[in-house]
Amino acid sequence: MIRTRDLTKDFVVNRSKTVQAVRGISLDVEDGELIAVLGPNGAGKTTTMRMLTTLIEPTSGSATVAGHDVVTESARVRSLIGYVGQGNGAGHMQRAVDELYSQGLIYGLDRRAARRRAGELIEALDLTALATRKVSSLSGGQRRRLDVAMGLVHNPSLLFLDEPSTGLDPHNRANLWDHILQMRQHAAVPMTIMLTTHYLDEADSMAGRVVVVDNGQVIADDTAEALKADLAGDRVEVGLDGPARVADLAALIARLPGGRDVVIDGATVTGRVADGPRALPELVRAADRADLVVTSAQVFRPTLDDVFLSLTGRSLREAENGRSTDETRSPAA
Amino acid sequence: MSATTTIAPTVAAPPVGGLRKLVRDTHLVMTRELRPVLRDPFSVIFGMIQPLVFLALFGPLLVGSLGGQAQNTVGESVWQWFVPSILVMTALFGTTTVGANLLFEFQTGAHERMLVTPLSRPSLLIGRALKEMAPLAAQAVIIVAVMIPFGFTLYPIGALVGFALLAVFGVGVGSLSYSLAIAVRKQEWMFWAVQQTVIFPLMILSGMLLPLETGPGWMQVAAKFNPLTYLVNAERALFAGDVGSTAAAWGWVAALGTVAVGLVVGIRSMRRSAG
Repeated sequence: MIRTRDLTKDFVVNRSKTVQAVRGISLDVEDGELIAVLGPNGAGKTTTMRMLTTLIEPTSGSATVAGHDVVTESARVRSLIGYVGQGNGAGHMQRAVDELYSQGLIYGLDRRAARRRAGELIEALDLTALATRKVSSLSGGQRRRLDVAMGLVHNPSLLFLDEPSTGLDPHNRANLWDHILQMRQHAAVPMTIMLTTHYLDEADSMAGRVVVVDNGQVIADDTAEALKADLAGDRVEVGLDGPARVADLAALIARLPGGRDVVIDGATVTGRVADGPRALPELVRAADRADLVVTSAQVFRPTLDDVFLSLTGRSLREAENGRSTDETRSPAA
Repeated sequence: MSATTTIAPTVAAPPVGGLRKLVRDTHLVMTRELRPVLRDPFSVIFGMIQPLVFLALFGPLLVGSLGGQAQNTVGESVWQWFVPSILVMTALFGTTTVGANLLFEFQTGAHERMLVTPLSRPSLLIGRALKEMAPLAAQAVIIVAVMIPFGFTLYPIGALVGFALLAVFGVGVGSLSYSLAIAVRKQEWMFWAVQQTVIFPLMILSGMLLPLETGPGWMQVAAKFNPLTYLVNAERALFAGDVGSTAAAWGWVAALGTVAVGLVVGIRSMRRSAG
């Protein structure tokens, strides 16, 4: 569905400064995948998406989207993909239903089909009571649902969502995703979705595949589960009745499958292991046999933030704060 | 929510190439742009009042300030001279500001969405520019209708040709306004700075509001290089019924020149507006 090879994008800031927003991204996305591109602001995820949706041309490299080249066949690409950008697709001066109707006509539906399709989407995305309201009078969550409806007017087999839930509260975010997943299920052809996000939990829970982008490059690409298991691993934390024999406990943890990064803090020892839930009972039994008195024990499952940390040496949040000047989003967006 | 809606794959008509697609897309963009205007006619009505206020307040002062010379410069009826001016002024204010609407759609994201649809890039410009003719026509009709009881003589054929000329010019100016908006989209305040800086010298140096015959020589020379001068003179000739006059012909040259430049510049800007 998507195939990119060594895709790059440079932005010329001024005569002496060029920002390399994307530095050689090669990516293959199969039909029906739900793929999240995760990374801090300025990592190049939006720039990549803008190239794939034909808004900007790559500096070098190639990209094929829905079977067509994004540069030489951009019109074909545009007629096949759905796009929900960071802003509001629906014009603020328009009524919600009018924008859906216009969008249908734009994609080649006749008037009756466009009217029917607008009605279907309004119902499917819970916008019935808002259909004749002006877009500017809708709440953020309602507007976002309308934007998604706009992107789905022509039943695209590929949908791009650029930070779909940024700015929404957790309730609205969950609600938006309910609708997106429902629409995906009901599509006649399995819909491929690519989204960018800097919400870890969104990438973790929604996407079948997570591509981690930093500094214009792909630094990891796998399922969220595999990324967490391979790159971060579980963490066990075990406390003893006193600090006297913590070194013995540390040695036991280091011997567990995948045991590493063992840290002693007072009477408590933490360490990374391959499979926390399985390792912990084993560890407690071994401690028992060694006459160590375990007073507390717990397992922490890794988050994608741990993945990012282990890949880059900094947490996603730090990365966000440190790079605000390299924001690659075009000011026009 | 209803989970029962089954959605058949919508097989959109493959994009037809060339002129037919351009006409269709332009029509779509234009009707989309017109919809909020039709839904909220009050905004249009408000726009109609402004030129009337100008006529009522500026008209009498014009006669007074010219003193006994009014006959020589503005002719036998001040309205015959001034109504075409107000029409051109209304068109100018209306069409130079339209870029602001596009800036708003840049800001909200609506323009970006349209750039990812199959709409052709030129249609995004032409459709918008053509849309400006609708409120313009309505304003022109109202202004003329209101002024007839005050002694304005209507020459229907000339007036219709005058509207057409104004519409052509308006599409050109509208295109330039959109181009300006696209050019300054990263510093939006620039739009109003440029618009204000350009519009007043152009208006005054066209003899639109006050006759230039009483002004210094350099102003009369400058006016000769202002396309708006030819348009204003043409409108005065047309509204006096002189459809075949030289002034009217020069008006067409100015309007067609403006629309040609406007569309070329505008379409080029629109093609680059995503970056």
